[in-house]
Amino acid sequence: MGTLVTLALLLPLGGTVVLALVGRRLPEPLAGIIATLTVAGSFACVAVAAADFFAGTGEAVVVSWFEWFPAFGVEAAFRFDQLSALMTLVVTGVGALIHLYSIGYMHGDPRFGQFFTYLNLFIVSMLILVLADNFAVMFVGWELVGLCSYLLISFWFERETAAAAGKKAFVVNRVGDVGFIVALMIVFASFGTFEFGEVFESAPSVLSTGTATAIGLLLMLGAAGKSAQLPLYVWLPDAMEGPTPVSALIHAATMVTAGVYLVARTGAIFELAPVAAGVVAIVGAATALFAATIAVAQTDIKRVLAYSTISQLGYMFMGVGAAAYVAGLFHLMTHAFFKALLFLGAGSVIHGMHDEQDMRKMGGLARRLPVTFITMAIAWLAISGIPPFAGFWSKDEILGTVFERGGLWTVIWGVGIVTALITAFYMTRMMWLTFFGAPRWEDGVHPHESPRVMTVPLMALAVLSAIGGLVNTPFRTALEHFLEPVFSAVHLAHPPEGTTAWVLAGVSVVAAVAGIALAAMRYRDRIPAEQGAGWRLLGRGYYVDDVYGQVFARAGKLGAAWLAFRFDSRGIDGAVEGVGSMTRRAGSWLRPLQTGFVRSYAVAIVFGAVALLAWFLSRGAL
Amino acid sequence: MTVTPGWYMALAAALFVIGAAGILLRRNALVMFMSVELMLNAVNLTFVAAGRELNVIDGQVSVLFVMVVAAAEVVVGLAIIVAVFRRRQTASVDELAELRG
Amino acid sequence: MVELVLFVAFGTAALFGGITMVWARNPVYSAMGLMLTMFSVAVFYVSNAAHFIAVVQVIIYAGAVMTLFLFVIMLIGVDTDEERRENIPFQRPLALGVLALFGAGVVVAGRLAWVTGPPAGGQPINGTVEAIADELFRKWVLPFEVTALLLIIAATGSIALALFRREVAE
Repeated sequence: MGTLVTLALLLPLGGTVVLALVGRRLPEPLAGIIATLTVAGSFACVAVAAADFFAGTGEAVVVSWFEWFPAFGVEAAFRFDQLSALMTLVVTGVGALIHLYSIGYMHGDPRFGQFFTYLNLFIVSMLILVLADNFAVMFVGWELVGLCSYLLISFWFERETAAAAGKKAFVVNRVGDVGFIVALMIVFASFGTFEFGEVFESAPSVLSTGTATAIGLLLMLGAAGKSAQLPLYVWLPDAMEGPTPVSALIHAATMVTAGVYLVARTGAIFELAPVAAGVVAIVGAATALFAATIAVAQTDIKRVLAYSTISQLGYMFMGVGAAAYVAGLFHLMTHAFFKALLFLGAGSVIHGMHDEQDMRKMGGLARRLPVTFITMAIAWLAISGIPPFAGFWSKDEILGTVFERGGLWTVIWGVGIVTALITAFYMTRMMWLTFFGAPRWEDGVHPHESPRVMTVPLMALAVLSAIGGLVNTPFRTALEHFLEPVFSAVHLAHPPEGTTAWVLAGVSVVAAVAGIALAAMRYRDRIPAEQGAGWRLLGRGYYVDDVYGQVFARAGKLGAAWLAFRFDSRGIDGAVEGVGSMTRRAGSWLRPLQTGFVRSYAVAIVFGAVALLAWFLSRGAL
Repeated sequence: MTVTPGWYMALAAALFVIGAAGILLRRNALVMFMSVELMLNAVNLTFVAAGRELNVIDGQVSVLFVMVVAAAEVVVGLAIIVAVFRRRQTASVDELAELRG
Repeated sequence: MVELVLFVAFGTAALFGGITMVWARNPVYSAMGLMLTMFSVAVFYVSNAAHFIAVVQVIIYAGAVMTLFLFVIMLIGVDTDEERRENIPFQRPLALGVLALFGAGVVVAGRLAWVTGPPAGGQPINGTVEAIADELFRKWVLPFEVTALLLIIAATGSIALALFRREVAE
């Protein structure tokens, strides 16, 4: 099994290297085919390696490649247990489908090969992140996915908005990374090692509540950056500047879930810090509601999905914060399916509409893009939480477990229910504006269905969105059993049973149906103008971006200007030149001593002799 | 009262100071040079007195050497002064102030 | 007793000679003053049992060196008196101040000790030719040779200066 894990990592890595070297010279589909095959191969390796886990047997495996920092006891080691198996399968599975889709989407792009180099590199980075056996290797993966995100968001860097978006993503991520790094420092200071096994085993005995809370909060800061939660979510909507497959892969299915994975993996530490776990859940809930309200007023189809991603990630954090790790990871998996599908479908629409992304210029596309419409409809129902599609089971499990915790957690449950309603509302709005109603597109646009290479992944993901939820229904908790060995040491919260479960499920379904109905009624016949002050507030995301820009960007620019002109030019340059001018001034001040007259020099000599004499006399000896 | 070597040394010190005054206060190169000679003489007297005090002959040997060197110095110094005078028609050292800063 | 009289008389003479040398405007007077001082110092050498040195003083110093000085004074200009005005600012006060300090230092030194170190035992010294030669050609023979070299250099140097000058003048 160890070699399969290594192979799973090496395949996309090899793909990256090969494509980096010769990608530019390959004829068009070949680069994409190579990339897709490496990722598919990786998926196959992982599936075979995880066969034992599926059977219920099988132990976790640690594969060590080499010794990295002997001084800190850090090895380049990878751990393959049920949790990393789950993540790897999602990453490589959805990743392979998106690779296939990209062959069609990026057709005709002058830098076709380079795209797939970056995409493969991303897969490698994400695998390093989820397969890491210690914090240091995980950090490597963490940073690498940030890099790939930057490279891919600003892939069309000729567009200034795309370059700026890439920069913004990297910088905001960095803010979160500070939290991550400080958390790592505290971990090492407390435990003396970075290894997961040792850390989580000895956590209850080594960590005080205060330290555990500190670590938890700092890790949450890092997760907030990477997974776009409050207050570090601002980069994700702008990241839609990147090609749509990038949005699907990185900003829906995989990279943004790294934060959730992090919290799940470090469950042992969060167990010791209920305050930190509570903060995680509260941040998740707040973000979910916040982002959902903003999504309601968006006109760009990708931006709706971006805010929807932020909102759904909030759900996942709600889950892992409430110690419902299985539920959170379950939602991670189903979300990967239907969100990737939604993005790829949106990409198909955009592709068919000749790069038009404004929903106000769409409408009535159901007839023209039938496959896209049907697959996206399935995803729409999944995300809204309509049974028996995938999203219902996962979302309901999170909400149920949160409610079961009782006390103040019921407030969070309430927020979750409201958000579910809003989610259904804006998704329905999106579907209606795009696919139903009268056509509103401009002249010269001929919407057409996408080629098979793009629709096949859509269909695959639609199947997964439809039946994917069945892996963990209350009737057959397969996923929970699957992940049990990983969370054996942690107190897992459990979903409710019996009548409570049915009632809660009913409430969720009612909320979803209500949301859909409201949207259907509103947008049935006509498109409202949606121009008022309230719509503008939501549309601009409560002006948070503008505030950040004013406060941080302006402050940064002022600071930089001060440093450049005041400190550097006047201060440092002044000091350096000042030394020179001071020397010159000292020289001219001392010049009168050189009178040129021998006799004045003689006076100086005699004076020196007198001084020497006086010194000798003062010492009492001659 | 007997005349101890200390007296001679005091006298030599006085002569030394007078010689130094000559260097500092006179402009004529020759007079300055003669003041140097006076200072050397004072030093010689000190050496002899000290030698007598310590009852060694080394004092007088030193004086011999000083005299030899002083003589050589006078030769060269006067040659220089004459050379300067031939060029500049002046014996005043204040005129030779070209190395001023 | 004799020594005291000699000291007082010739000490006064030496000081008088020195002051004349510094004070006189005419360089010839200065040379005369210096010669008086040198003779007095020769007498002091005799008082201190440095007979050979005294003779050398009279012959070399008072004889050759001062004669050479007078030659040069004649050559350069005996009738040009030096002006009394001081051109360099603060020179006089500075010089007098520094010299006063020096004098004070010497006085203080005198209070402590003129000579440090224990006197060597044995017979009192006698500065005869044999005594000096004995010391000179045993312990100090190397410096002796070096001074011989120095004299040659000095002679060569002065000849060179004279030659250069004549060539430049033409």
